[in-house]
Amino acid sequence: MRFVFKTSYYADISLFKHRAQAVWYALLLLLVLGTPLYFVATGDAYLLGEITGMLILAIAGMGLMLLTGHTGLPSLGHATFMAFGCYLNINLLGAGVPWLIAFPLSGLIAGVLGTMIALPVLRLHGVYLALATLAMSMLTSDFVVIAEPWTGGIAGAAVPDINIFGMEINRYSTPYKFYYLVLFVAILLVWFYRNLLRSPTGRSFTAIRDSEISARAMGINLTRTKAMSFFLSATAAGLAGALFGHSAGYVTNETFDLVMSITLLLMIVIGGLGFIHGAFFGAIVVGIIPVAIANGRTFLATTFDVNINVPGLESALFAFILVCFILFEPMGLYGRWLKIRTYFELFPFYRKDMFKRQKSYLKTDRVQ
Amino acid sequence: MSLLEIENVTLRFGGLVAVDNVSLKVEEGEVFALVGPNGAGKSTIFNLISRFYDPAEGHIRFDGNDLLKSTADQVPSFGVARTFQNIELFEQATVLQNLLVGRHRHRQTGMFSNIIFSPKTYREELRHRAAVEEVIDFLNLQPYRDKMIGGLPYGVRKVVELGRALAAEPKLLLLDEPASGLSVEETQDMAFWIEDIQTQMGISVMMVEHDMGLVSAVSGRVMALSDGKELATGTAAEVQSHPAVIEAYLGTGDISKTGTSRA
Repeated sequence: MRFVFKTSYYADISLFKHRAQAVWYALLLLLVLGTPLYFVATGDAYLLGEITGMLILAIAGMGLMLLTGHTGLPSLGHATFMAFGCYLNINLLGAGVPWLIAFPLSGLIAGVLGTMIALPVLRLHGVYLALATLAMSMLTSDFVVIAEPWTGGIAGAAVPDINIFGMEINRYSTPYKFYYLVLFVAILLVWFYRNLLRSPTGRSFTAIRDSEISARAMGINLTRTKAMSFFLSATAAGLAGALFGHSAGYVTNETFDLVMSITLLLMIVIGGLGFIHGAFFGAIVVGIIPVAIANGRTFLATTFDVNINVPGLESALFAFILVCFILFEPMGLYGRWLKIRTYFELFPFYRKDMFKRQKSYLKTDRVQ
Repeated sequence: MSLLEIENVTLRFGGLVAVDNVSLKVEEGEVFALVGPNGAGKSTIFNLISRFYDPAEGHIRFDGNDLLKSTADQVPSFGVARTFQNIELFEQATVLQNLLVGRHRHRQTGMFSNIIFSPKTYREELRHRAAVEEVIDFLNLQPYRDKMIGGLPYGVRKVVELGRALAAEPKLLLLDEPASGLSVEETQDMAFWIEDIQTQMGISVMMVEHDMGLVSAVSGRVMALSDGKELATGTAAEVQSHPAVIEAYLGTGDISKTGTSRA
């Protein structure tokens, strides 16, 4: 068990709780920075592309995590914001705007558009908000078809390559550069996210999640704060969408469909709602499942000559995993990790119910 | 001029008159208590001050500001902080984070400055934390400062809620049943804290409370309400011996007035 003795106010503000934690994160940084070396050695960058895809999903996941995990507003429409980001990026690049400007700009515009769409539905709560955003998500592919001049409609649109001061970055021809680019964006957003959570804005988000009535009584403007959360969330999703476009190379009206929105939500639930780590853990699970299924299939076919070609197996397996998580591990993968860590920290005093939340029967009758 | 002035306020929920033409004044530096049976409209008056409800008639002024012109989230900025009857803490946050949210009205930095954690945000954070530590010291919350609210016992949550309101450095503190569900010792602690809040911090307190021991111990003036109407106002002893108050709590000895005859 580690006891942290705080001797200054900064101890509660700093990014890392203690030096050992900082060391662990430094090691993690080295690991992710060094990952491409393995693929350089093997000469096969296919898996690196998958890892890059996970990072992109994690960026979108962070956006949704901020909204759902930290502000308590469920959204089934985040693929829409990704679509905004992706198509804005394509069009801005097409208009000759340099990538370094087009990329952040497409995220910001996606954020603004997202907020404008969200404002009318912000008064809704819980399942009603989820339904409203679900409707938005269902309309997305239709709108992509309608907006053909900008989106290419059903035929789809090719995504131009990234060009930073003459350096061309393409997912296939320069996978390493693309990986580092996505990694940089992801780390930057994690830093922003952490800063947000340790400052008044982040606290007002979590306050709204836990008790709207109390948040108002503390002087938090609900509409404005929720809109802020929506803006940041949609911006992150927009940036992820732009990167997703670069990663896919070609996007059609079916790229950002309802399944993508649902996948994002599943992802953060599996990862652990309310933790930044959750977005990454969830993205890893979502990224690994298809690869694992494909590899498993090949393995069965080559070793045992068993061919499994059940359509929809991926979705079924995915749904099964999700159901298991909700039943057995509502805190998600990150929650599981916390439990394991606590077990070793407190050994042999860990109790099974340590993370069980006390049921609260004490909510004031909502005055609304 | 009084700190808080409520003038002829009436609030109706459909046909039910929850608050009926109530007027009261809370002076600076005073502890003012509202008492009365359940459903008398005490908490409703708090919710009117907090602007969760719009009164049908009347005026509410605080420190020279017309509260009816502002929204619920603007009320704290004038210097009104409150607690809730059934504890409304942020459950998935630590005690420290709860108290920090109480500081929201003193917030000076915006979202973008927060995202990059600018030096201004950093300095602001240090100020908030210094202020919050003082509250933690005052209320003896050190053992719990990094604990999640979800796992805390009721009595401690009650104190945390008081702390969150105090962290706002208000001019007027609205305490909705601060002693409900507390043990005798905890109620005594609460009485000492309310006294200190009044005398040392110079914060005016308005509270709703059923525990007449606590009310007599700390409050200067007491108003008794029943069915949304004012029954009596005065010192705790005066109100307790007022015939209308005794009638509201105990009924009259006159059988003919009870309404049901068992002849």
